[in-house]
Amino acid sequence: MSAVAAFFNPTRQTRVLPGFGLSIGYTLVYLSLLVLIPLSAVFLKSAELSLAQFWDVVTAPRVVASYKLSFGASLLAAAINAVFGLALAWALVRYRFPGKKLIDALVDLPFALPTAVAGIALTALYAGNGWVGSLLEPLGIKVAFTPLGVLVALVFIGVPFVVRTVQPILEDLETELEEAAASLGAHRWTTFRRVILPILTPALLTGFALAFARAVGEYGSVIFIAGNMPMVSEITPLMIITKLEQYDYVGATAIAVVMLVLSFVLLLVINLLQAWSAKATGRNR
Amino acid sequence: MSIQVQDIHKQFGNFTALDHVTLDFPTGELVALLGPSGCGKTTLLRVIAGLETADSGRVILEGEDASGTHVRERQVGFVFQHYALFRHMSVFENVAFGLRVKPRKERPNEAEIRKRVHRLLELVQLDWLADRYPSQLSGGQRQRIALARALAVEPRVLLLDEPFGALDAKVRKELRRWLRHLHDELHVTSIFVTHDQEEALEVADRVVLMNKGRVEQVGTPQEVYEHPATPFVYGFLGAVNLFHGRVDGEHVQVGDAVLPHDGRDADHGAEVVGFARPHELDIVTDPAATAGVAAVVSRVLAFGASARVELDALEGAAERGEPTHYEVVLTRERVTELALTEGQQVRLVPSSLRVFPREAA
Repeated sequence: MSAVAAFFNPTRQTRVLPGFGLSIGYTLVYLSLLVLIPLSAVFLKSAELSLAQFWDVVTAPRVVASYKLSFGASLLAAAINAVFGLALAWALVRYRFPGKKLIDALVDLPFALPTAVAGIALTALYAGNGWVGSLLEPLGIKVAFTPLGVLVALVFIGVPFVVRTVQPILEDLETELEEAAASLGAHRWTTFRRVILPILTPALLTGFALAFARAVGEYGSVIFIAGNMPMVSEITPLMIITKLEQYDYVGATAIAVVMLVLSFVLLLVINLLQAWSAKATGRNR
Repeated sequence: MSIQVQDIHKQFGNFTALDHVTLDFPTGELVALLGPSGCGKTTLLRVIAGLETADSGRVILEGEDASGTHVRERQVGFVFQHYALFRHMSVFENVAFGLRVKPRKERPNEAEIRKRVHRLLELVQLDWLADRYPSQLSGGQRQRIALARALAVEPRVLLLDEPFGALDAKVRKELRRWLRHLHDELHVTSIFVTHDQEEALEVADRVVLMNKGRVEQVGTPQEVYEHPATPFVYGFLGAVNLFHGRVDGEHVQVGDAVLPHDGRDADHGAEVVGFARPHELDIVTDPAATAGVAAVVSRVLAFGASARVELDALEGAAERGEPTHYEVVLTRERVTELALTEGQQVRLVPSSLRVFPREAA
């Protein structure tokens, strides 16, 4: 442990709180056991395939269609949640209304609800004979058993992320900033766009990234409402399960590897954007 | 530009922030709204700015009723206690904000904006900080930038809400001298809110003293300091000694002592409270003297240009509901001459005593 500490902290500065060695050691062991080793196992397992075989598995038309749906719908759902999550956080922070505490608590429900329950409930609502579905059907809008249904499920499970990341920042935002902008002649929209939004952007991006990551990995709520039609409404996690059910463990891990890499790259990009915007809003100075 | 407020009333629940306030701020003056916290001074400033709406009454800017005008159309510059700078914008962009958000046809071009912002930054002597961000500035610098930002839109009035409240004593003193200087240069009608009487007296052309949502007195710093209109003003503008007594013609009977008074507001036989500033009292050590109020020396603080003597009243004062402490400021020579010792019984003789009826005090 002390060797690790010496490596990370060669100058051995005295700190007010001791325990750097202990905490970094714990962090590394913990991360290795729970995250790094299982993830590298995925890579190792998929290495049983030759490069050509690997390529064949991960570029099969059905699988490619599932990437498009999974990543497309997840990005879209995260974007929708960014907009409406911001609105929801705004309402919760800025206004007082009856039932505010209740709504505040409801926001977290998608976290707690077993995803299968959510999926079944959504399917029942949006199916052709459901409460909402029966209203949409005559308009020619089908939700359940289509990619639109997948989107609905992903929006549902992503709601809390943006709200919970933006809320504390909004609470800290002095109304004086808006008053200052107004006294300088700025209209409401200008004030929002040029004063408030830039300050919220880092938190919004964090919320977006979390909602996106959650949506990419989502399985339970989606499979019920998606209908799982090949080439149309199959998500990538379903493709992995399908392979597993056929005892094609290597194929399953190959797809998992692609998912991991794609997700990692996208999250890295979002994180870089977030860091950049945090810097641009003067928070890391 | 002149500002008038007429019969402004503002209520927050059960709390009356402004109780039918009527005031007149003449063009080009720097006026201080002075009072303890919760006296309504900030609310009044915010009502004038349009950040708060009064329950009743009118705000008149340059003879025009502005009560219904939105803050962004009132052309008032507002400076906040905690600066309210936009932290994601550089100092330059902060100052330029007011120019950039103007409607397209009024908006100056980029070169003009650049010129005007730099002129303002020079005015507040911070041109060299144009590219910094607010978090990289000291408190005093931030407030100067906030002022430059407010001035950028060429406001008709400048309103400052406790502009130096968040700064340390030294910077505060520096900035208020600087603000006075700036005002002499620009002559824009300005109102600033403060709870620091020294600040108000030092900087303002005119001081408005407020208490519990009402205006107690309006006047030049000298007027309000030398001729306080009410006991509140007397007490708020500096240390004060109180003497409870009864008017007896030209004199006030305080315990066994007879003191002369200034003669105003004093009916024969009325119960009064006499007010005297620490420097308006002299100490008599002669045990045979009968003039003046008896007191016991408790501490002599002889440093600086003048010396301060703290005294206790004789026993029994507290039971009678009378003040138990006195404070006297003397010259150092006088203190040396008196050779006071702790516990010594002396008499206090006021050179001037302002009396107010007991119930008002």
